[in-house]
Amino acid sequence: MKRFLSLFRKNKATGKRNSYLILGCIFTGVILLMVFIGLFYMPYSPTKMDASSKLQGFSFKHWMGTDHMGRDVLSRVMYGSRVTLAIAASTIVIGAGLGTIIGALTGYFGGIFDEVSMRVIDAMLAFPSILLSLVFVSLFGTGTYQVAVALGISFVPSFARIVRGEFLRSKNMDYVEVARLQGVSDMRIIFVHILPNTVGVLMSSIMIGFNNAVLAEAGLSFLGIGAQPPYASLGNMLSDAQSYLFNRPSYVISIGVVIVIMVLGFSFLSEGIKRISNY
Amino acid sequence: MEQERVIQIRNLNVYYKNHKKTPFSKDRMNHVLKGVDLDVYEGEILGLAGESGCGKSTLAKTIVGMNKIYDGVLEQKYSDPQMVFQDPYSSLNPSKKIGWLLEEPLKSDKKYKWTKEEREKRVKEIIKAVGLTENMLDRYPSQLSGGQRQRISIGVALMRNPKVLVADEPVSALDVTIQAQILELLQQLHRNMGITILFISHDLRVIYQICDHVAVMKDGIIQEYGETKSVYKNPSSEYTKELLRAAGIRK
Repeated sequence: MKRFLSLFRKNKATGKRNSYLILGCIFTGVILLMVFIGLFYMPYSPTKMDASSKLQGFSFKHWMGTDHMGRDVLSRVMYGSRVTLAIAASTIVIGAGLGTIIGALTGYFGGIFDEVSMRVIDAMLAFPSILLSLVFVSLFGTGTYQVAVALGISFVPSFARIVRGEFLRSKNMDYVEVARLQGVSDMRIIFVHILPNTVGVLMSSIMIGFNNAVLAEAGLSFLGIGAQPPYASLGNMLSDAQSYLFNRPSYVISIGVVIVIMVLGFSFLSEGIKRISNY
Repeated sequence: MEQERVIQIRNLNVYYKNHKKTPFSKDRMNHVLKGVDLDVYEGEILGLAGESGCGKSTLAKTIVGMNKIYDGVLEQKYSDPQMVFQDPYSSLNPSKKIGWLLEEPLKSDKKYKWTKEEREKRVKEIIKAVGLTENMLDRYPSQLSGGQRQRISIGVALMRNPKVLVADEPVSALDVTIQAQILELLQQLHRNMGITILFISHDLRVIYQICDHVAVMKDGIIQEYGETKSVYKNPSSEYTKELLRAAGIRK
């Protein structure tokens, strides 16, 4: 805990502060706090409509105003960020999990298996990931879980690439030779000896991946795939809001700002993690 | 007293495959060891000298079984020879603590199942044997100096109590005062534990200091073999003379 706290102070040697890490923690903290409170308390029901108060601006009654059906935007944002974060998190779990396993095995063993899976991954990388997830969604059907799986699969290639690169670099290091000489099994070498050394790179790419997942989910929901109305996610709310861009800009702005804070928070966090060793 | 051979090598040939540069060029084989004959006797320190690229490390890797493709005879009295690598900065896993690194060879020991208490006892025994203290066990390799790291590497190699230790340039990456300490440690371990050491180095002075026999290697062939003192006094091959001159031992 003490070591963890010292990450936020000025480094004694360089006199610099890891401001990326601090900003990232604040931004993601705000979002996570909002989602956490939303689990227990929301000012209004996110799906309760009220025709008498449509498209209102910011007020004490409705902090972020109301939407075109009179629903409270703050409540919907609380609910929607939960959905978006859940999809992004499961995307990362699937993508980073599968990607790490594939990258580790191909990088370590090499050979024909490596060649074949790398060409498949090249082919997958050649498509934009949104397009790829559209394909998967049309295979699996629309819905929250389907989008999470589709995005997860489309995130596998980039993680596999990163982990494979790290393994190619590490597998000829002397410490791996030492382990091999002692008769340590290949699986133990891969997951116990080498994998902990890739954590730094993996963590920052997980953070960037998280960002991309939030944006991709928003994009897919914007296109009408993903969380289905009346349930909210940040993406489909944004797509609703854009029709009222000019007569009620506060609607679009409040949702947009939440997405921006979320994405910025995670990219600052990833940059901060990357810099921990330098500060 | 007739000493027993621990390692007997006869006509050992090792090839490396050069990768094709273009799809049309033929595979070329790189002939690294060209018929090496070498005996290592029980309880001695054998020095293996030679310039970089002459095949010293290949020979070492073949002996410890990291290089499985060779022809010729390679007979060993004891299985499980261990090796100490040149660079103490890359031979210790940076993400593991010293205690873990020392314990790992025991966990993967196939001949004997070590219990947790036995492992802990052995770790403490070895860390003392390599001249370090127990409070090092909680540190990471990055918190140690080069000499301390090399001590740990030697410790890792000794964990399973091997009879043969191959040390591939164990002191070349260290500065001179630390070199002396590590050589001292190797000699001490050799005396106390009766380990046979194959000591590989390009530094003839270091070999003179600690080795009983010396073999000089050039281009994958053993040029000269004999007792260290007599070889240094009366080198028979031109190459050995040249090496000795270059090291400033002989005018």
